[in-house]
Amino acid sequence: MTVIESRFRPDDEESRANAESNRSLAADLRARLERARAGGDAKARARHREQNKLFVRDRIERLLDPGAPFLELSPLAASGLYKDEAPGAGLVTGIGRIEGRPCMIVANDATVKGGAYFPMTVRKHLRAQAIAQENHLPCVYLVDSGGAFLPLQSKVFPDRHHFGRIFFNQARMSSEGIPQVAVVLGSCTAGGAYVPAMSDEAIIVKGIGTIFLGGPPLVKAATGVEVSAEELGGADVHARHSGVVDHLAEDEEDALRQTRAIVATLGAGPAPGGDIAASEPPRHDPSELYGVVPRSLREVYDVREVIARIVDGSRFREFKTLYGTTLVCGFARLEGILVGIIANNGVLFSESALKGTHFIELCAARGVPLLFLQNITGFMVGAEYERGGIAKDGAKMVHAVANAAVPKITVIIGGSFGAGNYAMCGRAYEPRFLFMWPNARISVMGGDQASNVLLTVQQEQRARLGQEAMTPPEADAFRKPILESYEREGSPYYSTARLWDDGILDPPETRRVLGLAFAACLRAPQKATRFGVFRM
Amino acid sequence: MSRLAARPIRRVLVANRGEIAVRVMRACEEADLEAVLAASEIDATGFAARTAPELVVLGPAPPSESYLNSKRILAAARERRCDAIHPGYGFLAENPGFAAAVADAGLIFIGPPPGAMAMMGDKIAARQAMEQAGVPVLPGVTGRAGVDLAAARRAAGRLGFPLLIKAAAGGGGRGIRIVRQAGELEAALAAARRESEGAFGDGRVMLERFIEEARHIEVQVLADHEGNCIHLGERECSIQRRFQKIVEEAPSPFVTAALRQRLGETAVAAARACGYVNAGTVEFLVAPDGTFYFLEMNARIQVEHPVTEAVTGIDLVRAQLAIAGGGPLPASQDEIVMRGHAIECRITAEDPARDFAPCAGKVGQVVWPTGPGIRVDAGIESGDTIGVHYDSLIAKLIAHGPDRMTAVRRLDRALGSVVVLGVETIVPYLQAVLRHPLFRAGQATTAFVAREMAGWPPPGETLPDEALVAAAVAEVLGSSGGGPVSGRASAGTGPDPWDRSDRFRVGGS
Repeated sequence: MTVIESRFRPDDEESRANAESNRSLAADLRARLERARAGGDAKARARHREQNKLFVRDRIERLLDPGAPFLELSPLAASGLYKDEAPGAGLVTGIGRIEGRPCMIVANDATVKGGAYFPMTVRKHLRAQAIAQENHLPCVYLVDSGGAFLPLQSKVFPDRHHFGRIFFNQARMSSEGIPQVAVVLGSCTAGGAYVPAMSDEAIIVKGIGTIFLGGPPLVKAATGVEVSAEELGGADVHARHSGVVDHLAEDEEDALRQTRAIVATLGAGPAPGGDIAASEPPRHDPSELYGVVPRSLREVYDVREVIARIVDGSRFREFKTLYGTTLVCGFARLEGILVGIIANNGVLFSESALKGTHFIELCAARGVPLLFLQNITGFMVGAEYERGGIAKDGAKMVHAVANAAVPKITVIIGGSFGAGNYAMCGRAYEPRFLFMWPNARISVMGGDQASNVLLTVQQEQRARLGQEAMTPPEADAFRKPILESYEREGSPYYSTARLWDDGILDPPETRRVLGLAFAACLRAPQKATRFGVFRM
Repeated sequence: MSRLAARPIRRVLVANRGEIAVRVMRACEEADLEAVLAASEIDATGFAARTAPELVVLGPAPPSESYLNSKRILAAARERRCDAIHPGYGFLAENPGFAAAVADAGLIFIGPPPGAMAMMGDKIAARQAMEQAGVPVLPGVTGRAGVDLAAARRAAGRLGFPLLIKAAAGGGGRGIRIVRQAGELEAALAAARRESEGAFGDGRVMLERFIEEARHIEVQVLADHEGNCIHLGERECSIQRRFQKIVEEAPSPFVTAALRQRLGETAVAAARACGYVNAGTVEFLVAPDGTFYFLEMNARIQVEHPVTEAVTGIDLVRAQLAIAGGGPLPASQDEIVMRGHAIECRITAEDPARDFAPCAGKVGQVVWPTGPGIRVDAGIESGDTIGVHYDSLIAKLIAHGPDRMTAVRRLDRALGSVVVLGVETIVPYLQAVLRHPLFRAGQATTAFVAREMAGWPPPGETLPDEALVAAAVAEVLGSSGGGPVSGRASAGTGPDPWDRSDRFRVGGS
């Protein structure tokens, strides 16, 4: 592999302006993350402490190995939704190392509306389970939740990917040999009662944990009997009489120690597969990414400058360098792991799509995981290209992406527009993880194009009806709301709030995150790829 | 009268110890003033004494025989031909009797006039003066003779719960009780009285409404002998452990430009109302809705003054010396601009893992951090001894940056490189505060420490000394075991990114 030669000049006016802009985006990201991580408001946090309970992040700290990394997922879920009253959707999810083994942790934050499940909470919980299932990661549920957020029940209860799916996933994962462990650190009411009940092994904390299908008010309404929460479903009831849990913990510290002890007895997990060597830092400083990435998505730059700041030793073995140059393909090591990288370097032509398809086939045949660096306005349009069969070549790449069974991870480092999103392994193509950068934009097309398309349609309609065409100021007024809605809805924060991705990354930390994410993928048994019919 | 009192200063007796003594001596040197350090016997070999151009020994270590012995201090000043005394903070700094005795001896007291100090020192008198001057005070009940049970019950009916009982005479958190319900009133009143009597020799207490989630925000003022008075913006000191400030910053992340102006104008009005001269601080309690109430006025230079110096560029101790010598204010109100953000934390020799027990003893290697925007005001250096007679502050670490997050990160980095061998310090605790999401988000209030830091320390953070020594030896010897550090050996396929214990977190916190 050869070291990528960088043409980047950090002291250029352009580079400095980029750096300033991207650093301010990163500062904004950090500020948003910090706000979300604060959890519920002061009052709710005070109530939590009064019940002598630990905060959710303190619980996770106690669960992890000392100093272990924690790859938090979708920390900004639900931001801007529900009047901003559900920071992080009231749930902390992520992969962390417990007793030497990466585990998926799903932990309610009871300082956010009592840990109630909003629609995005359900989505975040299910996403964490999907990642655990795909990557064979044991699941540890830290349960402290009153169950579904009742005012929005129709959006959390009935459908296929609603609340019930949580338990379906637990059963399926258990059957696949993916351990399910629950720790009851608060209330587990109604549906929530099934989280410990459906787990392979469960712990409850004395005086804090309760589990029941119907709480005291419901029991009183149904039977007229008054019973305390502790008598109805406290730790003693379930550890001594019902057998709904297996272990009684004296306090939270004890419960989390016992959880670690359980993880230590899960048996030898699958060893990471794949080709891992000793890792080496990139030769080019990852913090230069701030200066490399242009302020505007319209600005063209060489994506190899990005690759050089993510991969080991900035070394890259490029494939078909001279052919289909708007797509860069090649092999590199990332934190020691051999990966195939597919990165946009302009609009996709037929050649670029064919090259991408070939490279995906290569990686699938060799069992090498794929990294997509997505910055794509779409496929080329125009009569010449349609006649040349760009739709069929694009379809080949989409087909290859959809069927390649190697782990795929996508980072949207710029634009994600139209069919380019599909060919470059967008959310619908089930990459194992999908992250965005703060400068990214995602929509069916760019706001400019969309407003112009709609304007053309409108002008044609007016012409048909014999009306006068819109004057330029009228046209601008017509386009303005369209541009604004594309700007708002194309933002990575709009996306991440709705779980269209697994989180927004500060560019220099991309390398560490991808290292952890790929390493998490390598524990699942590799499946063989079977492609279907490529349209030739 | 005040104009007579003010005349140029030549030679200053610095009647204090530790970092503030060093700070004042440095300012004297820069102002071309001679400084004489008055130290106790035990401090005569300490860091401050070693940096002093001239030293006079006051007496044995106990404060009553040294730093609180006003007769001895006055004698030392005369003996060494000083014409002014700088009291620092603590000890005699806010003792109006001492300030008056200094003036009677024909010397300049570098601080406010005794009358202003006496008024602000008596919480009840200060409160009444402030009410008259139109400065908002907390709804509460005071009486010349303090508050009895019947009055307390009546007051509780009017103020509602929770309410606060505090010593009329004191500070520093002693004699303070929060009462959340009527049943607790009698016992709390008696306890506050007892504590207040014991700590200050004055059993008078007062009752105030207690504001939940309040912020402690104070305004620095400077007043000269000509009747000019300016404010230098606010400091927020909401991060307090048992009513002792540990982290202070300027500006406050809570204060808007409009609120800053109102706080500043109110602080100036408060200073004028008591005829204040020199540097002082007006403390306010600010409720979550932005309404604020006068708490008290500190008639001295404060521990946390460097954050104001960092953001305004004004040397407050130099200003104290200049004003005391009859000079003008260093700037007009229009010239005061806050640039960037500064945060200070107080490094004390206490063991946060053992309920902040003070740590005494000989220290080994001491290394203070350096770097852009970093200031260290230290009172010890390598080889010093930390005694049991005085408070446990050993240094203040101040970070300044163009914005709050930069200052936080600089301070966090700097704390990480503090070396003080031989005694425990609260550095790890301070780092946990700085890394807390609520603090980072600028949302910490006076309730922060009790509520958010209760989970500290996280378990597993401390390794046995043997392990640390082994790791250090391995590093020195260049041992390249290179194996993963984890509870379980990994399956041996090579360097798994999950085995690296770098405490990685997405977004860096």
